[in-house]
Amino acid sequence: MARWEGQLKKIDDYRWEIPQSYKAGMRVPGLIYADKAMLDHIREDQTPEQVANVACLPGIVARSLAMPDIHWGYGFPIGGVAATKVEDGVISPGGVGYDINCGVRLLRTDLKEEEVRPKIEELISELYRAIPSGVGSEGKLRLGQKEIDKVLLMGARWAVEKGYGEARDLEVTEANGSMPGGDPRCVSTKAKQRGGPQLGTLGSGNHFLEVQVVEEIYEPAIATVMGIERVGQVLLLIHTGSRGFGHQVCTDHLVTMGAAVQRYGIHLPDRQLACAPVKSPEGKDYFAAMVCAANYAWANRQCITHWARECFTRVFGRSRRELGLEMVYDVAHNIAKMEEHRVDGKRLSLCVHRKGATRAFPAGHPEVPAIYAEIGQPVLIPGDMGRYSYILVGTERAMEDTFGSTCHGAGRVWSRSAAKRSLRGADVARELAQRGIIVKAGSMASLAEEASEAYKDVTMVVEVTHRAGISRKVAKARPMGVVKG
Amino acid sequence: MSKRFEVIEHTADIGIAAYGSDLKQAFANAAYALFSLMVDLKKVGDNLYREVEVTAENQEELLVAWLNELIYLFEVEGVLFKRFRVDELTATRLKSRCYGEAIDPLRHKIRRGVKAATYHMLKVEKDNGFSVQVLFDI
Repeated sequence: MARWEGQLKKIDDYRWEIPQSYKAGMRVPGLIYADKAMLDHIREDQTPEQVANVACLPGIVARSLAMPDIHWGYGFPIGGVAATKVEDGVISPGGVGYDINCGVRLLRTDLKEEEVRPKIEELISELYRAIPSGVGSEGKLRLGQKEIDKVLLMGARWAVEKGYGEARDLEVTEANGSMPGGDPRCVSTKAKQRGGPQLGTLGSGNHFLEVQVVEEIYEPAIATVMGIERVGQVLLLIHTGSRGFGHQVCTDHLVTMGAAVQRYGIHLPDRQLACAPVKSPEGKDYFAAMVCAANYAWANRQCITHWARECFTRVFGRSRRELGLEMVYDVAHNIAKMEEHRVDGKRLSLCVHRKGATRAFPAGHPEVPAIYAEIGQPVLIPGDMGRYSYILVGTERAMEDTFGSTCHGAGRVWSRSAAKRSLRGADVARELAQRGIIVKAGSMASLAEEASEAYKDVTMVVEVTHRAGISRKVAKARPMGVVKG
Repeated sequence: MSKRFEVIEHTADIGIAAYGSDLKQAFANAAYALFSLMVDLKKVGDNLYREVEVTAENQEELLVAWLNELIYLFEVEGVLFKRFRVDELTATRLKSRCYGEAIDPLRHKIRRGVKAATYHMLKVEKDNGFSVQVLFDI
């Protein structure tokens, strides 16, 4: 892939603008969050072109944004944020992605590293056994048609009512794990057939369960509110999404959006950016189906949480209360939300697309759970298997600059085939084991594709968002054991 | 043309370019490439078959629709396909017979999941034979 040689205007050390004049059709400028070194990397493929392409979407306001973990996607870049006017703008399934509401959920425990270390292999084996993972993995739940529709409308609340978790879990989940506006009639039978057997499964690709230990706390007062009290404390991070269900919803609606683009006379530089006015029948149908997929994903992470808690209880022979296995937060990083934001002094109703980007609302925002009202919304940033993950909080600056959004992870630098050519899954597992990280993976090939070397260093990514002020570092954790799909 | 397909580098996902002396063959080779990304097809039999028919607005979209239909059948019915006969291919309709085997976890090691065929970088071309290009979501 050719290097991108377009113009980038430096705004400050962490922000670089693609001027609106860069290409015809751009309605707003592009803005990339990165430091100088990262920028060289970002220019190596056509990622910035994708930022410019997104700037062509009808109704886009302010800027087409790219977070520092940005990398080349299809249509939208991964790590992209775009807000369009609800009134006369468009909604684009590509701005959400195939894995609708792919997201992360963090649990804290009262366990110390030294208690978990001797049992880490047993714990990872238990998690691997209890939570189905891998390609096309099927779960223990068998849902009839009526029951699936309930999941699509109720999300994590469905799971809690079935006994998988408790009400408090919902309080600390984005949108309370149950986003309004879903309509199962906008979802195809195919999507339900794909999703039915997969609820409560991790899936494949970059999805994982990770047992972590707190390594550093930057903001002790804020961390304490989240239940993160000391270095050496053990955490559990869950990363998965809406499985085949979300993929089928995206696939189906990209077909109808393709026709909509012609009907509404929308000109786009890339077919994968297909979109329709937010208020058109096609736009509304997609949004109603997307909400169903988002709810499916929250139900999925909720079921997995329940089984993961059972594993901890079995391995440590203590109750969930004694283990202090409480949820810290659950955030989506592939989603479109209808939100109110201030743009050039005016309050606007916007459709905020976050494609590989995390919501980062500040203290006092009405959508931040009551217990976090004083500190802001927790932001969970997983790194790769061999390095760190970060816990941050949202900021006022994010509201002003990025529609309350920040990065979502490390971001790939190596292609999957390059990673697999250079690394063998077995070697990756052995090398991690030497550093005290136990890995169980369904596929050795997928392990090589997901190795540390294939990713940017998440520390650099997080540092840019921290220094640019769009989120604030609270704590850092490192992996002890990983279950890879 | 001896080479059936090539893998194209992409940071997050994987693309393929497939070739054929006619368009039907290029499409068939794209489907073969899709399942090659998932599993070692030498270990997959062809005792089972499905007739797969799709329609779309144009030939590029037809390719995406067909491959997505095969991904759907893989996930819902658990079939790995390895041999493809495209019987009819117009600008908007494709009819095929696809041969494969139900997944047997003991013999078929799934390398990676392919979750969707996308429209990004999509190409159907005639240039010294036929070639098609498609990017998959992994």
